[in-house]
Amino acid sequence: MKSTAAPILEVQELSKFFGPGCPQCIEATGPEQGNNVCDTCSTVVACHGVSFQLYEGEVLGIVGESGSGKSSLLKCMHLDEVPTFGSMYHREVGMGRMDLFQCSDQQKRAIRNKLLGIVYQSPHLGLRMELSAGANVAEPLLLQSLRPRFSPIRARIVELFSQVELPVSRLDEPVRYFSGGMQQRVQIARALAPSPSLLLLDEPTSGLDVSVQASVLDLIKRIQWDTGLPIVVVSHDLAAVRLLSQRILVMRHGRVVESGLTDQVFADPHHPYTQQLVASALS
Amino acid sequence: MRAIANINSIKEGGLRRYLSDKNQIGYNFAYLNESIKREIRRKILKAIAIPGHQVPYSSPEIPIARGWGTGGLQVTLAIVGPQDVLKVIDQGCDDSVNAVNLRRFISMTTGCETTTHTREATLIQTRHRVPDTPLQEGQILVFQVPIPEPLREVEPKEELTCRMHAEGDYGLMWVKLYEEIVRWGRVTVGARYPVLVNGRYIMDPSPIPRWDVPKLNQSPALLLFGAGREKRIYAIPPHTEVDPLAFEDMPFCVENQAGKACRLCGSRESFLDEIPDEDAFASRWVCSDTDYCFERRSNSSAVRSPVLVKRKELCKPD
Repeated sequence: MKSTAAPILEVQELSKFFGPGCPQCIEATGPEQGNNVCDTCSTVVACHGVSFQLYEGEVLGIVGESGSGKSSLLKCMHLDEVPTFGSMYHREVGMGRMDLFQCSDQQKRAIRNKLLGIVYQSPHLGLRMELSAGANVAEPLLLQSLRPRFSPIRARIVELFSQVELPVSRLDEPVRYFSGGMQQRVQIARALAPSPSLLLLDEPTSGLDVSVQASVLDLIKRIQWDTGLPIVVVSHDLAAVRLLSQRILVMRHGRVVESGLTDQVFADPHHPYTQQLVASALS
Repeated sequence: MRAIANINSIKEGGLRRYLSDKNQIGYNFAYLNESIKREIRRKILKAIAIPGHQVPYSSPEIPIARGWGTGGLQVTLAIVGPQDVLKVIDQGCDDSVNAVNLRRFISMTTGCETTTHTREATLIQTRHRVPDTPLQEGQILVFQVPIPEPLREVEPKEELTCRMHAEGDYGLMWVKLYEEIVRWGRVTVGARYPVLVNGRYIMDPSPIPRWDVPKLNQSPALLLFGAGREKRIYAIPPHTEVDPLAFEDMPFCVENQAGKACRLCGSRESFLDEIPDEDAFASRWVCSDTDYCFERRSNSSAVRSPVLVKRKELCKPD
């Protein structure tokens, strides 16, 4: 599968700095220095030099501790943040030769609406709590055409609700009345609504209790199985990543320290940090 | 063509000081000083160049309080010339206190001719109505706008609404329509119905009734909007597409006036005001546009019998 088709998404040498930046920033930070803040100019090097490709039907896990840069990376990938360096190509944008970071804000908005779905850790980030659950799912659908039709959109929302196992009877209730697990399902339904070509999950299960975690993971797994949708999942929860992803990147202090097939990395971690991570998770 | 001539006169503007015979009261022509008028004209030109886009402007002090039609008045004062024939209406009426005072003020400081006839006017300032007499090529209609931001109801932050306009991110506006249909079975917006101008910007047409919204589409007249309190000017150039936001399978509709007619002129084609008649426990309806009504009555021997509508019938939804 990998060798023949073009990748869905290609990220090249992505870096995100918070601060003025100086020539020493890159040497002064990283896992060897045990630091992601530049001593000279106090710039935070959130992530640096991250490159990977994502193929059809693949689930990529990004793991690392808090502050390792995984969420900054995901924000850049969702075009919420502008990276300091680097480029990203999507197969369906400009014949796969157009750098998404160079697009205008209006183009970025269209790309986000049509091609990228995202699920945040906190439903407050991804949903508008004052609106009904149905309206939250409707928003990306309403943007798909200049003159949308009401009934097909309504039907699609009902279909999505049953797909994510939410009671259709609560469609028009304000989403703030929903439980955490249900809000997360509404987020997933919203992300899936415009049939995106890529799903980004930012700690999708971290705020949930264990049994709800399991059912949400189950749901994501089933959707991936049914649709073959490529997913990038960012999490500090190794068990969740191990369950979902075929390939992982391990990040520390803004750098990718190890990458490979999930089973291989877990069975035979090479980098000392990965070893520590795997050991602490499995003990 | 007159509109284009007027645009040219806006461009030429300059610091020329007009003083007609009638203007002997010691103010500069059209009250505002020339540099302010130039600034407003520049903003008007920009607004015409980007249909539906809100252009910030100075909104200078004038002798009426902001929120009482200052935006419309400033736009009118900036573009009015000595050759213009002015009409001012308030909710369709030429004789309301607001309309009379604005008309007097403008004619006093410019000496320009005034009229109540829509057909004769070259420049019409209006509050919350578009005249029912069709506008013509060369006329300019200036709206007084209380809230220029159509997205304000869904997003209170100016910074975010600016961004939403820039990115064409109108999902929330559509969500509002979606929620209305889910809750009420129809879109319940009465006045201020949001429109998409030239396929790009969502615009607030000022609180005109839905009845008037279709008149904005491909209008032969130039439509200018001034919001004095919010300091915004926007415009719809002649012959521009103006499309009320609506789902394709739930089309936009104007107020339902079935079975009602003006009790004075018998018109069923104009927007009607409800006049409650407590004694008869019924409502009478009259044209909101007084000039339209007057013209119909003077031109024809139209049916003048009062039309009574029983209250019960009014309970039907639009």
